[in-house]
Amino acid sequence: MRKGQSWFNTTSVALGFAFLYAPIIILVMYSFNDSKLVTVWGGFSTRWYFELLQDQAMLDAAWITLRLAFVSATVATLLGTLAAITLVRFGRFLGRSVFSGMIYAPLVMPDVITGLSLLLLFVALGVDRGFWTVTLAHVTLTMCFVAIVVQSRLVAFDRNLEEAALDLGCPPFKTFLVITLPLILPGVIAGWMLAFTLSLDDLVIASFTTGPGATTLPMKIFSQVKFGVTPEINAISTILIAIVATGVLIASLVGKRREVERQKAERLALRGG
Amino acid sequence: MAATDTVSPPAKRSGMRWLVVAIPFAWLLIFFLIPFFNVFKISLSTRARALPPYKPVFDLSEGLSGLWSQIQQLSPATYLQLVSDSKYWQAYLSSLQIALISTVLILVVAYPIAYGMARTRAEWRGALVMLVILPFWTSFLIRVYAWIGILGNEGLLNGFLLWTGVIDRPLTILTTNWAVYIGIVYSYLPFMILPLYATLEKMDDTLLEAAADLGCPPIQAFWKITFPLSLPGVIAGCFLVFIPITGEFVIPELLGGSGTMMIGKTLWYEFFNNRNWPLASAVAVVLLLILVVPIVLFQNVLQANEAKK
Amino acid sequence: MVGPAIGPIRRSFAPWNDPGVKPFIEFRHVTKRFGEFVAVDDLSLQIYEREFFALLGPSGCGKTTLMRMLGGFDEPTDGQVLLDGQDLGGIPPYRRPTNMMFQSYALFPHMSVWDNIAFGLRQDGTPKAEIKARVEEMLALVKLEKFARRKPQQLSGGQRQRVALARSLAKKPKVLLLDEPLGALDKKLREETQFELTDLQMKLGMTFLIVTHDQEEAMTVADRIAVMDQGRIVQVATPAEIYEQPNSRYVADFIGDINILEGHLAPAPPGSTRLECAATGANVEVRQETAAPTGGQAWFAIRPEKVRISLDAPTDPSVNAVRGEVWDIGYLGDVSIYHVRLSTGATLKATITNATRLVERPITWEDKVWLTWSHDAGVILTR
Repeated sequence: MRKGQSWFNTTSVALGFAFLYAPIIILVMYSFNDSKLVTVWGGFSTRWYFELLQDQAMLDAAWITLRLAFVSATVATLLGTLAAITLVRFGRFLGRSVFSGMIYAPLVMPDVITGLSLLLLFVALGVDRGFWTVTLAHVTLTMCFVAIVVQSRLVAFDRNLEEAALDLGCPPFKTFLVITLPLILPGVIAGWMLAFTLSLDDLVIASFTTGPGATTLPMKIFSQVKFGVTPEINAISTILIAIVATGVLIASLVGKRREVERQKAERLALRGG
Repeated sequence: MAATDTVSPPAKRSGMRWLVVAIPFAWLLIFFLIPFFNVFKISLSTRARALPPYKPVFDLSEGLSGLWSQIQQLSPATYLQLVSDSKYWQAYLSSLQIALISTVLILVVAYPIAYGMARTRAEWRGALVMLVILPFWTSFLIRVYAWIGILGNEGLLNGFLLWTGVIDRPLTILTTNWAVYIGIVYSYLPFMILPLYATLEKMDDTLLEAAADLGCPPIQAFWKITFPLSLPGVIAGCFLVFIPITGEFVIPELLGGSGTMMIGKTLWYEFFNNRNWPLASAVAVVLLLILVVPIVLFQNVLQANEAKK
Repeated sequence: MVGPAIGPIRRSFAPWNDPGVKPFIEFRHVTKRFGEFVAVDDLSLQIYEREFFALLGPSGCGKTTLMRMLGGFDEPTDGQVLLDGQDLGGIPPYRRPTNMMFQSYALFPHMSVWDNIAFGLRQDGTPKAEIKARVEEMLALVKLEKFARRKPQQLSGGQRQRVALARSLAKKPKVLLLDEPLGALDKKLREETQFELTDLQMKLGMTFLIVTHDQEEAMTVADRIAVMDQGRIVQVATPAEIYEQPNSRYVADFIGDINILEGHLAPAPPGSTRLECAATGANVEVRQETAAPTGGQAWFAIRPEKVRISLDAPTDPSVNAVRGEVWDIGYLGDVSIYHVRLSTGATLKATITNATRLVERPITWEDKVWLTWSHDAGVILTR
């Protein structure tokens, strides 16, 4: 679309972003509030962060959640990438519509349904619930997101590159490793990051599928939040937001630097050497 | 070349290839599709004081005849309960109503933002998209939680309004449907902005110039050119928010009050508080049946958009 | 890339006329279907060693599919593809002694120019020193020595094209397949590169198979051209034969500009053909044997540059001559095209070379002119 802003456009964008960010900014601000009351500003303090460090249960939950997110995101990335290849490369095969249905449906499926159905499956199978059942559940949910992200990268991929490698004597599997994979890697990494944060974030599915000894951070936060706002929750939220913001920022800076390099390369090419 | 569109994949014969399909396929079959049938089976069971808290539990040790007698124990009683007890079907209706109203609200809020983003200078757009995605990456739970501090009786909003003198008594917003709507619009806004932005950003600007050239004033051009062309994004965005909102649990739980009835909450309570697993399963089955139509439509929309690319 | 004089070699190169020479590449009754669509239809074709062969046709005619079947990217539905006596059926692309230069170049964006060129050699487990020597040789061949460490996106279009060429030549394939290799270059660069390609092919003594939709490109580079239409070959011949003796209206019309007039065959003395032609209002005489029976439908085809246009009546009564009026003139710089409307309402095109600078046009709009052509200027086509 054309560049050029009108008063209306600028205002709507500004208001929209104010709405999106105000609650987060307020939350971060009040995590440094010395007062226990949310509405009263009692001066700057980091005491809630120190109190958080003393809260062993909270720290345990955080550690479990990180491990869970790491394992499930890694498995989900593997499965999701395979699923994306299936969607893009296998054309029509028996059961394809069932397959793509199973990829798209979890994206919008209410968590309560997914959580309940997985729990009932685990019960029916007689599996002990805990860390691994939540991991399985998260893999199932997040691999579909990975599949969608990797799929969009694969669709844009020039098939001729693979054919060129085959043509030059490179067998198919090696071609996938040395040509396809490096070129879709940004998509795969983005998929992993998405799976990681989705797992980090999930309350409902984890609540259903977890067992004793595997209380995740969202579950812990949820149980405390029901009793109202506490500065300690603000503090841990701020830490989580900071982690994600840093990750996203680094990712976008890397992307930006690549873009700059690409433009430099193009200028170089135009000058003809 | 026509031929390049129809190339057959190289090395069809390799057996390894089919593992690529089989592994994710089997995974989703076992952990996504088959569990639904299990949920359906349990929804036909009766509640029991046992572990697991329902019967019959299929047990193959009693042989085929035993299995048959177990199957005969299945009954649609839970479904009759869903129909006869008004609190269930009212929860469904209320969920659909909230989902529908919020979808419209989100669309109305998101459209100007997406439109404005698509019209900012190209070098800013990437950063703006990033800023829309960023909240999406931060915890849903935390973002909903943030509103408790703002909307409460002693919250920031009331504090601000009292201070300015617009009101003299705090407004009760938290624990009402108002808070639920605010929370939903806030949480789901990025899901609508992104598909809208994607279609608006791609739009060929010369179309509007052509419309202007042919004597069409800007506001009319918006309704006759821009809006119809952005419909794929509008439809995708609406499905993307409507379906999960219908089954939403966290927002009505944290921001709504006892008067807020949503089916996700009902399911949660039946399951965790009442430990009525058959009833919770029946609630899930009916919710799924309600959502099947929009989910299938949503997939068709996605595939149609994909095919256009 | 100016090498030794190649004229004499090229002039005498015609293995297709020698029954003793075995074909190097052979398509035997090859059919390729994609679902309902027949891309290649029972096609047979023979290509000889060291030949520069062009597959020419509009998009969708099956030429790319034909080449991809030689490269191994598509398997024929029916028939055989042979290379150097070996049936290629079932051999995957990575085991075929052919290499392809892709239309999009398909340079690996995450590898340097050097690594791109070395890629194929590395697949064969060639010793390091040998790879180095070969890559350097290739870089020198395409004059890109200074660019070895660059990534493809840091090169101009012409440089990328040369990297792609070097990469596909590095393994010394038995056949080099070129899929619209110059399509992405601008016109001037394309013309230069066409000559470079022919020189290179002569110098290396390799067999080249090129796919193109650009008839000028095919005429410039190829020893022989196969003109294709809807999965079939219409004519295989040298560029000159294709241009001067097309075997059908399709070929005549596809290559260059031409006038085509419909008529019926009339009785004629041996060694010549006479066409009763309603468009010219007179019989057209051509020095050519025609097997078709008298009274059958046929067409007379003549290139505009072979039609003479003048204000005066022809003195030689034996030439074909018609009268008309100049309807339109297209000035193209090197030549001018005259559209002459005959009394029958038909229009004929004639070109005049603008050999001198234009001061005044001797023939102009609405002039009454004579169009004449000799008996061997055009051809009679029966399909």
